[in-house]
Amino acid sequence: MLRFALLRILSAIPTLLFVILTAFLLVHAAPGGPFDAERVLPPEIEANIERTYHLDEPLPQQFVRYVRGLLHGDMGPSYRYRSYTVAEIIAGAYPVSFLLGALSLLLALALGMFLGLAAAIRRNTMLDRVLSAVAISGISLPVFVIAPVLVLFFAVHLHWLPASFASTSPGTRFVLPVLALALPQVAYIARLFRGSMIEVLESDFIRSATAQGLRTRAILFHHAIRPAVLPLLSYLGPAVATVLTGSVVVEQIFGIPGLGQHFVSGALNRDYTLVLGLVIFYAVLIITLNLIVDLLYGYLDPRIRYR
Amino acid sequence: MTKFCRNRCASEALRLTLVFSALSLLALTGCNKTAEQPFDNTLYRSIGAEPESLDIHTARSTQSSVVLRDLGEGLTGYSASGVVVAAGAESWQVSANGLEYRFQLRTAARWSNGEPVIAEHYVYSMRRMVNPDTAAAYAEFVNEIKNARAILSGDLPPQSLGIEAASDFELVITLERPVPYFLSLLTHNSTFPIYPPSVEAHGAEYARPGNMISNGAYTLDDWKIGSAISINRNPYYWNNVSTSIDRVLHLVTPEPTAEANRFRAGELDITDTVPTESFAQLREEYPEQLRVAPFLNVYYYGLNLTKPPLRGNPELRRALSMAIDREVIVDKVMGRGELPAYSWVPPGVDNYQAMQFSYANQPHEERVATARRLYEEAGYSTSKPLEIEIRYNTSDVHQRVALAVQAMWREALGFEAKLINEDFQVLLANILAREVTQVFRSAWNGEYNDASAFLSVMESGNASNLPGYNSEEFDSLMTRAADQMNPRHRRLFLEEAERELLSDHPVIPIYFYVSKHLVSSRVQGWQDNPLDYHYSQHLSLIPRQAN
Amino acid sequence: MKLSPATKNGIKLVTGNRTVRACLIILSGVLLLSLIGPFASRHSVEAINFDESLISPTFTDGRVFGTDDLGRDLFVRTMQGIRLTMAVAVVATLVSLLIGVTYGVIAGYAGGKLDALMMRLVDGLYAMPFIFFVILLMVVFERSMLLIFVAIGAINWLDTARIVRGQTLSLKRRAFVDAARLTGVPSMRIIFRHIVPNLMGVVVIYITLTIPQIILFESFLSFLGLGVQEPQASLGSLVSGGVDSMEVAPWMLLIPASFLALILFCFNFLGDGLRDALDPRGDAT
Repeated sequence: MLRFALLRILSAIPTLLFVILTAFLLVHAAPGGPFDAERVLPPEIEANIERTYHLDEPLPQQFVRYVRGLLHGDMGPSYRYRSYTVAEIIAGAYPVSFLLGALSLLLALALGMFLGLAAAIRRNTMLDRVLSAVAISGISLPVFVIAPVLVLFFAVHLHWLPASFASTSPGTRFVLPVLALALPQVAYIARLFRGSMIEVLESDFIRSATAQGLRTRAILFHHAIRPAVLPLLSYLGPAVATVLTGSVVVEQIFGIPGLGQHFVSGALNRDYTLVLGLVIFYAVLIITLNLIVDLLYGYLDPRIRYR
Repeated sequence: MTKFCRNRCASEALRLTLVFSALSLLALTGCNKTAEQPFDNTLYRSIGAEPESLDIHTARSTQSSVVLRDLGEGLTGYSASGVVVAAGAESWQVSANGLEYRFQLRTAARWSNGEPVIAEHYVYSMRRMVNPDTAAAYAEFVNEIKNARAILSGDLPPQSLGIEAASDFELVITLERPVPYFLSLLTHNSTFPIYPPSVEAHGAEYARPGNMISNGAYTLDDWKIGSAISINRNPYYWNNVSTSIDRVLHLVTPEPTAEANRFRAGELDITDTVPTESFAQLREEYPEQLRVAPFLNVYYYGLNLTKPPLRGNPELRRALSMAIDREVIVDKVMGRGELPAYSWVPPGVDNYQAMQFSYANQPHEERVATARRLYEEAGYSTSKPLEIEIRYNTSDVHQRVALAVQAMWREALGFEAKLINEDFQVLLANILAREVTQVFRSAWNGEYNDASAFLSVMESGNASNLPGYNSEEFDSLMTRAADQMNPRHRRLFLEEAERELLSDHPVIPIYFYVSKHLVSSRVQGWQDNPLDYHYSQHLSLIPRQAN
Repeated sequence: MKLSPATKNGIKLVTGNRTVRACLIILSGVLLLSLIGPFASRHSVEAINFDESLISPTFTDGRVFGTDDLGRDLFVRTMQGIRLTMAVAVVATLVSLLIGVTYGVIAGYAGGKLDALMMRLVDGLYAMPFIFFVILLMVVFERSMLLIFVAIGAINWLDTARIVRGQTLSLKRRAFVDAARLTGVPSMRIIFRHIVPNLMGVVVIYITLTIPQIILFESFLSFLGLGVQEPQASLGSLVSGGVDSMEVAPWMLLIPASFLALILFCFNFLGDGLRDALDPRGDAT
């Protein structure tokens, strides 16, 4: 198990390098530089800035400089937020994003598993169809529609909840963003859980448990849910990615100081270092999550053995 | 086969999951208590996009300037109505030839750590600004201070700048040429004094919460990138007694519709803008709170003068300009009180009579007829239509204007312009490369109240001269204006220069912006002004009335 | 191409499933409407008419869906949006299938070291923040519809490759493949004649589940202003334009959003239904 984990971590290094190189080439290939604005800088000033940030060097040299910095744990200064380093920006933004993402995933898991479970147990009844329809409608509208509608309804008209994250009531400011992010996830989770629950309920060991006269609650919660949760685990990796995409929109609409906004604005502003920093952060996150999921899988499913 | 399980399992699962979801919802909404709150003397104002820096020299965006005007103070400043008034300086004398400015500083002026603001701090700041290593964005603002140009290009050391501290509280600035609007330049954040020990200790990171020492009515408290910059009252500020608001949150709101919703939900006191789509509705909903005022900013279509078909073809450029019905764009596309633009310098500039295109007062039908004639004379027709592209940066407003212009050209001249929507950095790179661009959207904002703030952009050497306009006639008129000591003569040369510019059509001005804000009725002391500068220190709050 | 028995069986099952049938009917109805609808209208997609802006839906003058703030007819624009959205979805899916199936089949069929290497690469690509790469691609290359198709398709092939590889691995061990190999049929021929046709079932399910994701992604790009170029419209660009006007002109949001939701809803249901229908253990009828 340990060996497996170590191997996975080692094999992640070339992956990371590949990801960094691709991102590096792409941002530098994009027209326009980080210091372009409507009030155009006189050429001598522009040249000064470029020298300060080593942008006048040939690309390979810049890349080597960057990677060398990385090895020393330095992601460089942000080109746009010039008083801040990339590490500081990411460190400042990720806690909010994580909290937001975790809350919405939890909510989505709770709702999604409930819907999926109910639908699985009453498979092919009216209830199943209605629940499926409800779940699917959650993924039938983009987040950028759901979020403003929620704001208009709950904040502008009803005055129940704050319309933005900068609001004075710190407890409630999470509600609408979390809802907006969770709704699309509910549908995916419900569908997955319904499917895997049905499979488990029809499997031989549940049938035999039933035949042995075990109580239904015991069967459901001690035997059926554990294996049925497995597919959800492997869904969590991609879910993090989806939540991140969603958070680009949600953070913009609610004014949340998280990571998502930087994914778009960093690319649009040509903040080369911030872009690369985010790519690395994201890649490490995904690799780690996938590793954890795989390890958990092994823990939950005794049939899997690691070589 | 699982039938036996159905009912009981379902109800069991239902109960448990319901409890779980209820708990999580409760945790989320737990703090939702709408108890009576004590009076909150905090101003929530929005600045639109995220400012990129609070370093007075490297900050470039208008958003940064809004925040910096609250944090710092130059020798002069603006009153609530937009008039230049004494600020860091108490009084000043200008020599008869207009080249020497002698400022007496306020002895009561203090930094946010209690230290006095002395003349040496202004000197330090100005030298930092022209130092090529700083790469200051607005260095050209002080081009006319003695030796500034030579220092910027690295030929002279920063110490040779024409600014010196005669005593702790007297500052002398020497210019190379008279600059009639020099006092208004000194209101700009890049000419603020700077606290040398802080810069020495932290370098570029001096402008961060914890490091920044400022001399204005407020001090920097916190900066959450993507959300808000919060600033607190500076108790050492010399005029602290007349500052009313204790704390200001400058909020980031990139989406105008979301911003308006935040205002409607009572979370914003002042908005940065008002969305076009719902402008009429908001005007109805908030007639008192909606503030619209003329503003020194022109929205224009630049023409690439370095490539055919627009190069050397002023008659075609005139035709393109004439075929655009600015009244329709202003009324139907924008509809927020914008003014149709028939000149480059907006109306309302001090000491200046704005010029106009010769066809400004013709009815649209006549203009279209002339435009069609010019278009045909330039060698185009329905069988051989002009092939041209309009490039604009991604934004609803720009898209709507581009669609309207495309339709007007189609209708009046019968050609189909191609619309290309690019992100801002790409558009700018393309404009500056002058290879692929033909017609492009841009805007120019006058950062001080003088015609030269607009006209100097079109001088052939100016970096922001996007169309690549290069007219000896225009340049020489501008130089002669700059050399005039007599403001009346200077004005005549500037007016002549604009007339020359307009007849050449290097750009197609489309409309003059208006400033538009929703200002909550709990905000007092707001005054509209053409620069759209509103210092938080001039505002005050009253307890919120029922919305 | 000759259909394998499995595929034929699948088709029979599919057309027999009620949900699937309903979804197919609705989807083809919408598509048909978008194809022939515009001919019934005398308005054009790009014509701007400031005197007729913001007309709410009415039967006079054929403004059944009303007009937008520039006075453009929303019926023809919505119809164009449907066509474009469907086209993006279909082409992007095809691109992702082309890459994913080829990649997966090769990896699965070759096995051994090559397989391991190829799958490592897929794992690596999973770690890329794709939103970001698409944004950069849109910026680097001038935005074009073709690029949108290809970019979206190119980011979606990873799942396909994984699934197809798994299926190929198990097919490879089946007797009919062994028989073909022993009689000296070349590998390429085995792949195209025996393996690919048997992948159809999985692939079809996969398509119906990918399409809605791609449609959503396209609308996300439109929201960021990185989608189709005006005056062209996609459902995503219409919806994101309508969001800002939802109180002033609710129809600008409701109409395209309903079509978007309907299409997504049907594809999702279709996917579920197909999975049930093709799943041998399923008891759906």
